[in-house]
Amino acid sequence: MIDLSVNFGGIKAPNPFWLASAPPTNSGYQIMKAFEAGWGGAVWKTLGVPVVNVSSRYGSVNYRNTKMMGFSNIELITDRTLADNLREIEEVKKYFPDHAVIASLMVESRSEWEQIIKDVENAGADGIELNFGCPHGMCERGMGSAVGQEPEVLKTIVGWVKEAANIPVITKLTPNISDIVPPGLAALEGGTDSISLINTIKSIVGIDLDTYAPYPIVDGKGTNGGYCGPAVKPIAMNMLKDLAQHPEIGKIPLSGIGGIETWRDVVEFILLGATSVQVCTAVMHYGFGIVREMEAGLRQFMEERNYNTIYDFAGKALPNVTEWKHLNLEHKVVAEINAGKCIGCELCYISCDDGAHQAISLSDDPLNRIPSIIEENCVGCNLCSLVCPVEDCITMVKKDDGMKHNTWNERSLNDDIPTTFNDERAGGNGHFVPKPSDALKK
Amino acid sequence: MAEYKKPKTEAEFENNFKQKNPLMNDTEAYYEASRCLFCYDAPCIKACPTSIDIPLFIKQIHTDNITGASKTIFDSNWLGNACGIVCPTGVLCEGACVYNHQDVPPIKIGRLQNYATNKTIDAGKVIFKVGKPNGRKIAIIGAGPAGIACACEARTLGYEVDLFEAKEQPSGLTVYGIAPYKITNEEVLKEVAYLQNQLGFNIKYKTAINSKEALKSLEDEYNAIFIGVGLGKTRNLELEGEEKENVIGAVEFVEELRMKHHKLAVPKKVVVLGGGNTAMDAASEAARMGAKKTVLAYRNSKEKMGAYGFEYDLAIRAGVDSLFNVTPIAITGNGKVEGVKFAKTEMVEGKLKTNMNNTFIVRCDMVIKATGQAKQGHLYGLIDNLEIDAKIRIKTNDEFQTSNPMYFAGGDAINGGAEVVNAAYDGKMAAQGIHNWLNK
Repeated sequence: MIDLSVNFGGIKAPNPFWLASAPPTNSGYQIMKAFEAGWGGAVWKTLGVPVVNVSSRYGSVNYRNTKMMGFSNIELITDRTLADNLREIEEVKKYFPDHAVIASLMVESRSEWEQIIKDVENAGADGIELNFGCPHGMCERGMGSAVGQEPEVLKTIVGWVKEAANIPVITKLTPNISDIVPPGLAALEGGTDSISLINTIKSIVGIDLDTYAPYPIVDGKGTNGGYCGPAVKPIAMNMLKDLAQHPEIGKIPLSGIGGIETWRDVVEFILLGATSVQVCTAVMHYGFGIVREMEAGLRQFMEERNYNTIYDFAGKALPNVTEWKHLNLEHKVVAEINAGKCIGCELCYISCDDGAHQAISLSDDPLNRIPSIIEENCVGCNLCSLVCPVEDCITMVKKDDGMKHNTWNERSLNDDIPTTFNDERAGGNGHFVPKPSDALKK
Repeated sequence: MAEYKKPKTEAEFENNFKQKNPLMNDTEAYYEASRCLFCYDAPCIKACPTSIDIPLFIKQIHTDNITGASKTIFDSNWLGNACGIVCPTGVLCEGACVYNHQDVPPIKIGRLQNYATNKTIDAGKVIFKVGKPNGRKIAIIGAGPAGIACACEARTLGYEVDLFEAKEQPSGLTVYGIAPYKITNEEVLKEVAYLQNQLGFNIKYKTAINSKEALKSLEDEYNAIFIGVGLGKTRNLELEGEEKENVIGAVEFVEELRMKHHKLAVPKKVVVLGGGNTAMDAASEAARMGAKKTVLAYRNSKEKMGAYGFEYDLAIRAGVDSLFNVTPIAITGNGKVEGVKFAKTEMVEGKLKTNMNNTFIVRCDMVIKATGQAKQGHLYGLIDNLEIDAKIRIKTNDEFQTSNPMYFAGGDAINGGAEVVNAAYDGKMAAQGIHNWLNK
């Protein structure tokens, strides 16, 4: 029997699908609607001293026919009074006692932190999330990502919060740093119960070619926004992996955020160690109803593999994410084109010839548009299979016998790596490269 | 306009009856699924008689959760595979797609649906669960779409189910009555076998229930009975010469065609009487069987035809000619059909009038009557207190229960003739109705 419920560092929820602190969690109305639709938890839009927002707040990157592949916002924390928000938190908890309602908080002084923590605890919040990530507006005033970028400050504030709080504390980190581990460690040392990541990334999504202003435009001007949506998922997953693999940080629960829209995204984040996921952009695009696809897909995945809870497979990909130097240099794959499926676009040919390793040739017969792989030139880079528009037309076929194993690390230990500029052990030595003048013959 | 040669082999037959909606391949399905906007309160769901969560199953296809997509489809419609092929999607889900308002082609919902269910059926994925046995039994008269859907739903609720089918194969008109260029016997039977394997209902073939004694024994042995008998043979037109050789009902013609394929002899000139979807099918089929000339004759104007526009277009594209505002008054010939005598009709003060002063003869070797099927009135008369309406349709309440509480009904028997998808919905809901009634 599949049980999707989670206990995330002391915060219990019927499932790991949570709404991230953002416009979809601006009000009790939205959160109750989301719970009705199947979400298990919600992180309330950040509470603090209310702000005044600008008009025109969002921008997006559309790629081909995909709208909002990347999404950017310059909206700040809540612009509603604390009293209104607290009253609604209380009401939501009355209707949904078993769902997780987490209050995202962002204030300045220690006394403000202590006061607001008491307030949200009294309203019945199940946990607190510290917003140390907002990369626009709030950071100019020393809050949000300004805190997340300074591990010492972050640690101090987490310490204040932990001293004052009786409910679990999640620390939300900003990706606008070079290494996610120091802020992660600072949160841990400050005593956080868990970590969520990532918040949005500083960005400019486009420039209007009439007004020369960045989107979204506010009276002829713009500012950097916080970038999110499907485009940021790879960045989020890498940072999640960094924390999940850390010997100390990896012991506390991690909540994954960044471009999650489908069940596949959910499973991937869980495989990298997340035990709850938070979603915003997909809901801003499609509404709360997308959770039904996520849940059905997650259940199907678990059913097919006999997992009963998400903890049965959480982190299962972590042992397979290693450093480059530990990858097997003896492993060899080569592209294979299924001529029966090829539609003759020749994108594989040109991408290989111009962009990679000149390992694909065209037929001399102008009527035959099916390219062939020159096996001895193919380095197995994948590029042709990635550009091919037909499912399973170009596949990468394993050519090594699996018997040999040799990594850069192992070769270094055996003094078997190139050490000078013209070292004969250069990996590409002996590999076919056309003569420069061949370029003029085409 | 296509011209078809008389098919002499199975291969030639298949070529003439090539499927209108072929299966999608993986690439096509992926791209098509990526176009779906995932509308809120989606119009396609509302347009589907079984309310399949279409945006959900399309998103599931896109994320390669094909089994999940099939679950979503079968959850709402037990004949999800057949309906993906034979549903008039242009007037249902696809007709409601919001892309139509943008002059962008609507999502190919039917073909995506068929793509998912076909994959799941071929892989033999087990996705249904039989309910815990509750010790009760349901008899189902007729193993058509309504009966099969009722059986499936009842099995998930824990009932034992026996179906009684007069013919040799299940699925009713889906096997015997739908044009072969829409769906093949193989596809239909495959889905029923898939359902039957997982849900384990029994079908007793060549077992017509047509006597009081037979009904009595069902009443004694079962807790409830579902009537899914559809319609009967083609109705008589009471025309002079109607008894002549080569005058055949459309339903009977299609049935013979579905069973005999290229071995069915279709003569050179065929006249099809009627203006509904069955008439279009029969005319199309006659043309595809190599008839040199096929004439569709309808008593009212083109605009008044009951057939969907795309069905008419399909017939025209197969090479069918049409005559409007003509009504048959006699069938001529010496023992065998030689022609149909028509009179022109015209609208007079909003009523269609036949002008007997304006008649003519269309010569032909075969007449196909697509002028409606008779109802199963004989059977209904054998059931105590069974109320039927003026058009000989069984009356039911919202739970598909008839005036005789033990009997439930659905499909063509209650609507007088509609789509497979309507029958599938009725059957499913009737099983729930039975369950509610027995657990009152």
